[in-house]
Amino acid sequence: MIVELGIVAAKALLVIFMVLNLAGVMGWVERKGSALIQDRIGANRASVLGFAGLGLVNTLLADPIKFLMKEDFIPPRGDRLLHTLAPCLALFPALVTFAVIPFGDVLMVGEREINLQVANINVGILYIFAMASLSVYGIVIGAWASNNKFSLLGGVRGSAQMISYEVAMGLSVIGVLMVYGTLEPQQIVRSQGELLGGWLPAWGILLQPLAFVLFFTAAVAETKRIPFDLPEGESEIVAGFHTEYSGGKFLMFFAGEFAEMVTSAGLMTTLFFGGWQVPYLVRDGFHFPWGTIWLLPHLAVVLLQVGMFTLKVVFFCWLFVLLRWTLPRFRYDQVMRLGWKMLLPLALLNVMVTGVVIVVLHNGS
Amino acid sequence: MILFFILAALSVIFSLAVVFQRNPVHSAMALVATLFLVAVLFLTLDAPMVGFLQILVYAGAIMILFLFVIMLLNPEALERRRVFWWGLGSTAALVLIVEMAALLSAIPAREGRIAAVAEGFGSPEMLGRTLFRDFVLPFEIASVLLLVAIVGAVVLAKREL
Amino acid sequence: MVPLHYYLFLSAILFAIGAAGVVIRRNLIVVLMSIELMLNAVNLTFIAFARALGSMEGQVIVFFVMTVAAAEAVIGLAIIISVFRHRQTLDPQEMLLLRW
Repeated sequence: MIVELGIVAAKALLVIFMVLNLAGVMGWVERKGSALIQDRIGANRASVLGFAGLGLVNTLLADPIKFLMKEDFIPPRGDRLLHTLAPCLALFPALVTFAVIPFGDVLMVGEREINLQVANINVGILYIFAMASLSVYGIVIGAWASNNKFSLLGGVRGSAQMISYEVAMGLSVIGVLMVYGTLEPQQIVRSQGELLGGWLPAWGILLQPLAFVLFFTAAVAETKRIPFDLPEGESEIVAGFHTEYSGGKFLMFFAGEFAEMVTSAGLMTTLFFGGWQVPYLVRDGFHFPWGTIWLLPHLAVVLLQVGMFTLKVVFFCWLFVLLRWTLPRFRYDQVMRLGWKMLLPLALLNVMVTGVVIVVLHNGS
Repeated sequence: MILFFILAALSVIFSLAVVFQRNPVHSAMALVATLFLVAVLFLTLDAPMVGFLQILVYAGAIMILFLFVIMLLNPEALERRRVFWWGLGSTAALVLIVEMAALLSAIPAREGRIAAVAEGFGSPEMLGRTLFRDFVLPFEIASVLLLVAIVGAVVLAKREL
Repeated sequence: MVPLHYYLFLSAILFAIGAAGVVIRRNLIVVLMSIELMLNAVNLTFIAFARALGSMEGQVIVFFVMTVAAAEAVIGLAIIISVFRHRQTLDPQEMLLLRW
């Protein structure tokens, strides 16, 4: 009992540690990446004993210190309680969502089997969407509590945008769930280890390419990053919902956005890119389709899988940054039109086509 | 048991806040907290699917709609308290609670014992099977109802068609 | 295991608070929220009975209650918006006339 509790606690700590660190590193990737794209140097002012470390000192050391030292400003006619609560509401869902995303297969320690996933719930995907749907509150409440018209505009925009894209996001995942026939993330990842025709890994992107495109678009919109940054809208409504935030609370909104990015990346990896699956790697080593077999020790297999998962997540995080700094922004009516008139019908079509294909294949065999 | 009492106490406190907070946004946030706590109670009753749907549908969508409307209309004035209605409402609620308590305490304790349930109770498979085998017609009617609601909302809220 | 009574009693309390809210509050949006609270109390009863009787029907009914609640909230809020546009108030006491 105590050992089990300890294992769960260790897994939870590991995941939180990984997500927060990845979110922190994303701050560096974002600043340096944007500098790279815009052909400038970027974040290199702060240094320790003349060592700037490619901007690492600036983004990982100087920026947080600066944020935490700033005055924590609460608008005098705003709502004190809700103004403080909002950043917590923004950060919390992004962190707890990762609990059901599996980051590896089972790890055997002696006789004990450890499932490399913090919580294995049989409605895991539903849990993810339930928690993701709560992340709107941070924006809406923060915007309202600031008692500022620009904040309020950002909050109204944010609530409408996030509800719209949640619908499209949920419907695009339905196709994937139909194909794998389960709501358990770990089960979905396991099914993606099977081989189609003996050589092609059955990853979600190959079975549900349209669903991936829709899901990716909706996920970018949910993170409120640049093609969809209407709630923030720097060029029109100052800084949108976080106009009146400074210091530690602003840092929490910021960290929440990055943690959300990491979580969406993890979700995409799990649903469409085989999660921790390395092609042709099964529990005792590589089994290539042409017959070669490489046996590997158990620990090496587990490390390879966890490493592969991390690599895929990092790749998607990088893709988010790339998108943000290369695409122009949408206008608000364009955002709404894209969500309701393009993503939603396409997602419904995808569900229908998937259903027909499944029935035909089922009756054919 | 302890968990139940904590959840119950918190949900009663938050639901009282829904009624007695004079600011509609505070009421809405208290209601969100209540809905969340009730969803956790669903989890303790082996209904994980319904519990998460409750968070997704109520807390994630309906309450955001409420907040959206509050922010859109942004009614400035706080409402005035009216002693008569206040008294009537709380008296009615108290009577209701006492009546329910009397009714519930009349049931012998052994009737209320909760039986063990089969493995997989409340799982998506079982829920789906019941929903699409025994309740197909109500399901279809519910979907028509939602369609009517969508059309009605658009007609009502649009300034000119 | 917590006895069924406790859940039923809790749901009775929540229902009564919701009912009181409908009577006390003078803001249509909050009245609508109190109705949601009452529906939720009923949902809790359904789920508790479903667990006690070991049958899934109770959980399925909650599905339908949620559907109806969503439809009700959408229509109710739409009506509130259009009434507010005409009268600039959310107080049901000032909406005694049937015409616009």
